[in-house]
Amino acid sequence: MQLPDVWFVVIAVLWTGYFFLEGFDFGVGILTKLIGRDSKERGALISTIGPVWDGNEVWLITAAGATFAAFPDWYATMFSTFYLPTFVILVGLILRGLALEYRAKRDDLRWKRNWDVILFWSSLVVPFLWGLLLANLVRGLPIEADGVYVGALADLFNPYAVLGGLLAVVLFTFHGAVFAALKTDGAIRGRARDLAVKAGLITFALAAFFLVWTTVEFGAPASIPIAILGLAGLIAALEANRRAREGWAFVFSGVSVVAVTVTLFLALYPDVVPSTLTAQWSLTVDNAASGDYSLQIMTWIAGFATPLVLLYQGWTYWVFRQRIGAPPTPAPTPADRLPGQATTTEAGKEGRNHVSR
Amino acid sequence: MYTALAEDTLARWQFGLTTVYHYIFVPLTIGLAAITAGLETAWVRTDREKYFHATKFWGKLFLINIALGVVTGIVQEFQFGMNWSAYSRFVGDVFGAPLAMEALLAFFFESTFIGLWIFGWDRLPRKIHCACLWIVSLGTVLSSYFILAANSWMQHPVGYRIDPATGKAQLTDIGAVLFQKTTVVVVAHTLTAAMLTAGAFVVGISALHLWRDSRRKNRGAPVDTNAVAAMRSSLRLGLVLAAIAGLGTALSGDSLAKVMFEQQPMKMASAEALWETERSAPFSVFAYGDVAEGRNEIDVQIPGVLSFLAHGDFSTPVPGINDIAAAEAAAFGGQPADYLPQVAIAYWGFRVMIGTGMVSFLVGVAGLWLTRNRLWLSPQFRTRHDAVPRLMVTRNRELSTTASAWAWRIALFTLALPLIANASGWIFTEMGRQPWVVYGLMRTADAVSPAVSTTEQLITLLGFAGLYLTLAIVEVRLLARYASAGPPTSERPPRASTVPSRPSEHAEKPLSFAY
Ligand code: HDD
Ligand code: HEM
Ligand code: HEM
Repeated sequence: MQLPDVWFVVIAVLWTGYFFLEGFDFGVGILTKLIGRDSKERGALISTIGPVWDGNEVWLITAAGATFAAFPDWYATMFSTFYLPTFVILVGLILRGLALEYRAKRDDLRWKRNWDVILFWSSLVVPFLWGLLLANLVRGLPIEADGVYVGALADLFNPYAVLGGLLAVVLFTFHGAVFAALKTDGAIRGRARDLAVKAGLITFALAAFFLVWTTVEFGAPASIPIAILGLAGLIAALEANRRAREGWAFVFSGVSVVAVTVTLFLALYPDVVPSTLTAQWSLTVDNAASGDYSLQIMTWIAGFATPLVLLYQGWTYWVFRQRIGAPPTPAPTPADRLPGQATTTEAGKEGRNHVSR
Repeated sequence: MYTALAEDTLARWQFGLTTVYHYIFVPLTIGLAAITAGLETAWVRTDREKYFHATKFWGKLFLINIALGVVTGIVQEFQFGMNWSAYSRFVGDVFGAPLAMEALLAFFFESTFIGLWIFGWDRLPRKIHCACLWIVSLGTVLSSYFILAANSWMQHPVGYRIDPATGKAQLTDIGAVLFQKTTVVVVAHTLTAAMLTAGAFVVGISALHLWRDSRRKNRGAPVDTNAVAAMRSSLRLGLVLAAIAGLGTALSGDSLAKVMFEQQPMKMASAEALWETERSAPFSVFAYGDVAEGRNEIDVQIPGVLSFLAHGDFSTPVPGINDIAAAEAAAFGGQPADYLPQVAIAYWGFRVMIGTGMVSFLVGVAGLWLTRNRLWLSPQFRTRHDAVPRLMVTRNRELSTTASAWAWRIALFTLALPLIANASGWIFTEMGRQPWVVYGLMRTADAVSPAVSTTEQLITLLGFAGLYLTLAIVEVRLLARYASAGPPTSERPPRASTVPSRPSEHAEKPLSFAY
C-alpha cells in the first residue's frame, strides 16, 4: 500500500469515527423532541452526551484537516462544490454546539425551550446533509479537468443522495436511542427502547435499499460482505434491544454505522471525487494526494497521536459510565440561581439530574 | 483591483469577518484557561475557599467564552475549501500539515479534557481535576502554535519547493515551517497579547465587583466578604498579568517589527506611511496623506526612532513605500501601484493596536501601585484580605472619592482595550500583506474558488454576518449576567476525598453543571 492509500484509509477511519461517535449524539439531539416529555427529561437526555459531544466533533475537524493536508484537491473540490450545503452544516454545528453549552446556563423556561428547538433541528439537518454529501461523492460529480464543479445546486438532491441523507438521519436516531437506553434510567430508558424498535425497523428498510443500490451501482466486491455485516448489525442490535441487553445493542448499532460508512468509502476508492463527465477528470487517491514527504510527516504524527487520543477519550467514557436518570423533584440549591431572575423559572420542576446505577 | 462585488473582495470580507470574530474569543480562551487553572491549583494547594470561589467564577465565564471560540473555529476549518479552493490546491501540501496537527494534537486535548473538567468536579480527585484544566490550557497554546505556524508560512514561505509538474507548493522541511523565526516571534507576541487580554478582562470584572462592594459598604449595606476576598485576589492576579504580559507584548512586538522590516518591508513602511526611503528614518505619530500621489500632507514625527525600531540604531536607512513598490514591480511584473496595500489601514491598524494595548498595560501598572497592601504604605492603611482595597497614591494619601470612582471605572473599561488591539493587530498583519495571500508566491485575487458564484458568496457572507451578530448579543448578555452575579460563595467545595469508593455512592451525587 502506498502512502496516499494509507491516508485514504485514515480519512475513512476519521469519518467512521465521527459517524460512530457524533452519530449517537446527533441521535440523542433528535430524541430530545421525540421522547423527552418535559424540560427536565430533555436535560437528562442531553446530560448523557454533555461531557463527550465536543470531543466527538473533533473527529470531523480532524477529518477535514487531514483531507486538506493529504488530499488538497479533494478538500478544495469537495467544499467549494458543496458550498451552500456546507454553509448550512456550519450554521447547524454552530447553533448545535451553543444549544448544548448554553441551554443550562439560565434557569428560564423560554430560554431552554428555544435551545431545545435549535438542538432538535440542527441534530436533524446536519446528519442529513452529511449523508447527502457523501452519497453524492460516491455517485460522482460533474467536475471538469481542474476540479471545478459545473452542475447546479439542485443536482445534489438526486434520489440516491437524498436516500443517503435520510438513512443517516434514521440510522443515527436508532444509534442514539440505543445509546440513550444504555445511559438513562427510569421512564426515559423504556421510551428510548421503544423508539429504538421503530427507528431500527425503518433504518433496516432504508439501509437495505441504500446498500443494495450502492453495491450494485458503485460497489467493489469487497463492499458486499461489509454491506451484509451492516444489515446483520441492525438485526442483532434490534434483538439485543428487545432483550434489554443495552450494551450489546449499542455495540451492534455501532457496527452498522461503521459498516455503512465503510461501504461508502469502499465504493469511492480509488477515486476521491469521481467525475461523471469523463473518468480522466476524476480526482483519485493518486492524483489528488500531497507529496510523499508531507504524507510521511503526517503519518508519524498520526501514529503518535491516535493511540493517545483513543486512550484518553476512552477514559472519559469510563469516568462518565454511570446512567443518568431524572429524579423526582429535588429542591433547587440557591447556588443554581442567579440573582434577578425570579420570573418564569422552573426551579421547582427542574432539579438537577441525578446519577444512579 | 478592488471592486465591491468582485469574488475576491467578497471572499476577503468573509474571511476577515469570521476570523476577527473567532479571534475575539481565542485570546480570552487562551488566557482564561491558564488563569482558571492557576486559581484551581492555588485552591488545591492551599485549600482556601476564596480560590475555589474564584475558580468557579472565572471557570464559568471561561466556558461561556470557549463555546463560541469552538463553534466559530469550525467555520474557519472549512472556509479554505469553500472560498479559497485555488489557494487550498496550491498550498495544501504545506499548509494542511500544521492544520491537521492542530486538530490531532491540540483540539482533541482541549475538547476531551474540558468535558472532564466541566463534569468531573465530583468524580475526579482534585489534583486530576485540576490537571485536566492544565491540559486544556496546554491545548490552547498548542493550537495557537500550529495555526500561527501555518499563518507565518503565508507571511514568509519557507521549507517548500514548487513542484515543477503541478506548479504547486510542496513541503520539503517541516522543521523550517514550525520553527522559523517568524513563527516563533509571532507565537510569543500572540500569546503575551492573549495573557494581556485575559488579564485586563479579569481586572475589569473584579474591579466592577469591588467598586460595587465599596459603594455598598459606604451605604452601610451588607457585603459578602467571601466574594470580596475572591475578587480581590483576582484583581491582583489580573493586574500582575496585565503588567507582565503587557511588557512581554511590547518586547515581542518590537522583535516582530524587526523581523517584518526584513521580511515584508512594504507592510512596515505602510505602517509608518514612510513614502520615501530615509536614512535616520522618523517614527510617525500622526500622518494624513494622499495615496495616489504617494506622499503625506501632514506628518508629526519623532526623528530617528523608526530606524531604531527597524534595526536597533538611529541611522540605518529604512526603505520607503515608493521604492519598495518599484522593486516589487520589477521583480514580479506589473505596475508599482499593484503592490500597495491599503496604507491608511496599515498605518492606523498599527497605531490602534499599540495605543489601546499599551493603555491596558499602563492601567495594570498603575493598578498594582494603587492597590498595593505592603510596600510604601503606612500600616494603618493596610486592609484585610477580604476587604475592598483602598486606592493609595502615596504612603499616607488615599485617592479622593471621585478619583477612586474614576479609577474603578477606568479599570472596568480597560477590559475592552486589548480586544481592540488584537483585532487591529490582525487586520494590520493580514491587510498589510496584500496583494499577496502567500507572500511573493500567490496573489489573493488568484486564490478564490472558481466554482463559487458571487450570489452564493453573498448568501454566506450575509448569513454569517447576521448569525454572528445575533450570537454576539446572546453571548454578551449571558457573560454580563454571570459576570455581574459574582462568585458563587454559597457553593461548597467538593470534599477532599473525591474518589467514591463504591459506584453506588454516585446515587446521592448530583452531576455538577448538569443540563
Ligand atoms: C493586546 C494586543 C497587542 C498589543 C498591546 C500589541 N500587539 Fe502587536 N499584534 C497583536 C496584538 C498586540 C496581534 C493581534 O496578536 C498580532 C496580529 C498578528 C500577530 O502575530 O499578532 C500583532 C501584530 C503585530 C505586528 C505585525 C506582525 C506581522 O505582520 O506578522 C507587529 C510588527 C507588531 N504587532 C508590533 C507591536 C509592537 C511594536 C507593539 C507595542 C509596543 C505591539 N505590537 C503591541
Ligand atoms: C493564523 C491563522 C490565519 C490564517 C491561516 C489566515 C489566512 C487568511 C487568508 C487565507 C485570508 C484571505 C486572503 C487575504 O485576504 O489575504 C486572510 C485574510 C484576512 N485575515 Fe487572516 N488568517 C489567519 C489569522 C487571522 C486572524 C486571527 C485574524 C484576525 C483576528 C485575521 C484577519 C484577517 C483579515 C481581516 C483578512 C482580510 C484582509 C484582506 O483581505 O484585506 N487573520 N487571512
Ligand atoms: C484561520 C485559521 C483558523 C482556523 C482554521 C481555526 C480553527 C479552529 C477550530 C476548528 C476550532 C474549534 C476546535 C474545537 O472544536 O475544539 C478553533 C478554536 C480555537 N482556535 Fe482557532 N482557528 C483559526 C485561527 C486561530 C488563531 C489565529 C488562533 C490563535 C492564535 C486560534 C486558536 C484557537 C483556540 C485557542 C481555540 C479554542 C477552543 C478550542 O480549540 O477548542 N485559532 N479554531
